[in-house]
Amino acid sequence: MSQKLQKLHGNKNYLLSWRFIKNRLMTIFAFVTLGIMLCILVSILTNLIINGFSGLSFFTLFHMTAPQGLPGGLLNPILGSIIQVGLATLIAVPLGILGGVFLAECPNKKLSASIRFIADMMMSVPSILIGLFVYIILVMTMGYSAFAGACALAILALPVIARTTEEALNMVPVAIHEAGFALGAPKWKVVFLVCLPAARGGVITGILLAISRIAGETAPLLFTSLGNSDWSWNIFKPMASLPLVIYQYADSADDIWINLAWTAALLITIFVLCLNLIARIYVDRRRKKDQSL
Amino acid sequence: MAIFQSKNRKNNQILPYLFTSLTWCSGALIILIFIGLIIELCWQGRQAFSVFGFEFITSTTWNPVKQQYSAGVSLIGTLLSSCIGVMLALPLSFGCAYCLSELMPRFIARYMTATIQLLAAIPSIILGMWGFFILVPLMSKYVQPFLKQVFGNVPYVEILFSGGTFGVGILTAGLILAIMITPFITAMMQESFANTPSMLKESAYSLGATKWEVMRHVTLPWVQKGVIGGIVLGWGRALGETMAVTFVIGNAHHAGWSLFTSSNTIASLIALEFSESTAGSLKMSSLMALGAVLMMISFIVLFCSQLLLKQVLKSR
Amino acid sequence: MPFVYQKNLITFSMIGLSFAFFAACLPSVKAQNITNITGVGSSFAAPLYQNWAASASKEIDIKVNYQALGSSAGKNQVIAKTVNFGALDMPTSTEQLTSANLLQFPTAIGGVAVVVNIPGIKENQVRLTGDIIANIYQGKITKWNDPKIAGLNKDIILPSIDIAPIYRADGSGTTQVFTSYLSKESADWKKNFGANTSIAWPVGMGGRGNGSVASTVKNIEGGIGYVEYAYALQNHLNTAQLKNISGSFVSINENSIKAAAKAADWVHAKNYSVDLINTKDDDSWPIVSTTYILLPVYSQDSKAVIKFFRWGFDHGDAIATQLHYVPLPIVVKEKIEKTWEYAGVASKEAKK
Repeated sequence: MSQKLQKLHGNKNYLLSWRFIKNRLMTIFAFVTLGIMLCILVSILTNLIINGFSGLSFFTLFHMTAPQGLPGGLLNPILGSIIQVGLATLIAVPLGILGGVFLAECPNKKLSASIRFIADMMMSVPSILIGLFVYIILVMTMGYSAFAGACALAILALPVIARTTEEALNMVPVAIHEAGFALGAPKWKVVFLVCLPAARGGVITGILLAISRIAGETAPLLFTSLGNSDWSWNIFKPMASLPLVIYQYADSADDIWINLAWTAALLITIFVLCLNLIARIYVDRRRKKDQSL
Repeated sequence: MAIFQSKNRKNNQILPYLFTSLTWCSGALIILIFIGLIIELCWQGRQAFSVFGFEFITSTTWNPVKQQYSAGVSLIGTLLSSCIGVMLALPLSFGCAYCLSELMPRFIARYMTATIQLLAAIPSIILGMWGFFILVPLMSKYVQPFLKQVFGNVPYVEILFSGGTFGVGILTAGLILAIMITPFITAMMQESFANTPSMLKESAYSLGATKWEVMRHVTLPWVQKGVIGGIVLGWGRALGETMAVTFVIGNAHHAGWSLFTSSNTIASLIALEFSESTAGSLKMSSLMALGAVLMMISFIVLFCSQLLLKQVLKSR
Repeated sequence: MPFVYQKNLITFSMIGLSFAFFAACLPSVKAQNITNITGVGSSFAAPLYQNWAASASKEIDIKVNYQALGSSAGKNQVIAKTVNFGALDMPTSTEQLTSANLLQFPTAIGGVAVVVNIPGIKENQVRLTGDIIANIYQGKITKWNDPKIAGLNKDIILPSIDIAPIYRADGSGTTQVFTSYLSKESADWKKNFGANTSIAWPVGMGGRGNGSVASTVKNIEGGIGYVEYAYALQNHLNTAQLKNISGSFVSINENSIKAAAKAADWVHAKNYSVDLINTKDDDSWPIVSTTYILLPVYSQDSKAVIKFFRWGFDHGDAIATQLHYVPLPIVVKEKIEKTWEYAGVASKEAKK
């Protein structure tokens, strides 16, 4: 290949040569594709803001959803989303961190490699299938409930948290491990009280990303928490949530409902993007700190 | 490792056991959920599989009146829409990755990467909504008539662009899927490109190669597997996407040659029909069987992608 | 290194405080023993039940959560006992009612409107017949200026655009009503497709729920669809005129639906399963149906359900009319009251 390049470079009319033009064309192509993606992002965000911002009022935030034709807000789906995502996080975080520790510290390398493989696959399993799974396991036995919805979301978050925890643990310098052992601490103490705190940056980033992923999920909630036009504190009863309200309202032909759907979409997007930005900034800061060390 | 042999220690007999067993449990949980997912779906779908047999996959009828169900149409819809998505996402994400990792100054590229990744964070239902309200009218007014005009008279190709231009359909679904998976594939490609040893690139530059030639002849051959793995992984994501697709695909049980026809994907069919089916009925069982089919496809696709990506990680 | 920094403490307490603030803003939940009942089913009747629920919760201690998932969902879920009542648009057979121990009664009457989106065509301008609609949904008529349609509409100019037939993709009582109408009008349709809550549509595209069909028709030029009348009105869709069995073209409105309801034989219908399609009256709209409630006979919550619907019958007629449903005739309401008592579900204390 180097011969080929040399031969091409020998061409005196280099600036007019096909190679040069091709390079230019590819550069233009690359910038155009980037421009297209940016345009799409801007289009989505501006549409969300233009259509959703008008509905974002005190009334919307502090009133329940109402039947078509009556003025309604988004209070119960907002709270329902917070409760279900919070519950899912409560379930998934301890299990995910423990799973991550297992992946990082398991003595049987083959076993941990296969679990890692499965966890990686689970991150991309269609979320609707997880909804079906939870329907079979929980809803068929105890009916539609917010708890079932939270379980479905937790299953989605679990592999993400486990894998990021594992990666964060692997980044912890061996010296810290050894310092712990040198003080006579048993392995579990070193892992849970020395390594995990040292790796907390990565773990927290993973948790934030997992939450931002499950906050907008609709498909797993469809068959599990059903939705509720009224408010209910009981997590073993159907509960409303923002994605379900969007799914329901966006398909209606009623302008008020469509506006509410845009508002709900705006709320979710703001929440998800903020979490993402926080996670990213956090990662950047830590990277800088690590570099300065 | 000591954590799993901590019974040798005399003090704190319970805590080490507790922690060890807890970590083992949560590790096992991941496997259990995954295997449970496959087994439960197949088990619940057994009735449909036994009634329709192999025809469940090959036939295209979905007739609730006559109690005939099959996966044919939605299977074609799933594969077709996701393939269109990947085909459209491929140049887009390659262009983005090339631009971000080779052409742009480092500090701008960092912010641009973050911006493109924001697109990946947008929930799929919001993309679906955007597609339904913004993209569908655009498609029906401009894109589809344009395509029809251009390809309408070309023999053999015209059949792809025939039918009414209503905006919804497989093409629109593919477009939405492309938008969804492009940031994802871009990230994979960028990561792969960054893994190319700079010595190789620099020696090519020193021979007078242009940026594109370095990309084409040095970087791409070096990262081939990683890029393919990323694309296949993106495909796996597109296969199971539900919400974004349900809004724009038109939800109809036809399989036609035209890219403008409304169709169905497995995921959108399940989302639509599920609440309508009685527990224990043949329809419910068919939907579960559809889920099992989808699980099988995505299992194979994800398995391949992980294998490809594993090799890249090893070669690092 | 301490795990929790001072800074983190502040962040956590801020988060906690904001949660507390949000919780304080919650509307105070009354300490009364409010009964919560859940119902799913017909989206045809969803506006009615949801509005009744909103008004009833102020007057009686019952909160109703109604989810419009489609009529077959209503039937299936009430048989599976995951909900307190199911709502559907077609009568259930007597055998099924007795085998699942269910009680059936109608709540209101509504019409199914045929809505169109043709550029330049206004409300009730286009005239169609059942046969033409059947042909459209079979893919035999594909353009709006087809001679068959143009022949009926000589006074208006129809554009030469494709017809986009839109139907309910989910199982729906509206579909059942609409397809039974088509089956009565077209022998071809009856032979090839029949009438059911969801059928194997040969052409067109599907929407989820009445609302989705309405919005798809609204969004797509050349679209034709069928929705419950209230949806057509609320969403400002253009309805089409239909030829009824007496041969006159009628447009859908309260009077034409009422005319159909009057012409039906309520007294002799078993389990209230009356047929309101193609009733013989000069003014009657051809596609009219009753919407029903199914509730389990042996269930504690059924008392609350009945209390809710009794409130609806006594005080909800105004709401129903406002939403463009036709309330049941008094005779039918009295018959239903007897059914409740006969079945032994209507508890005495619920009656004032």
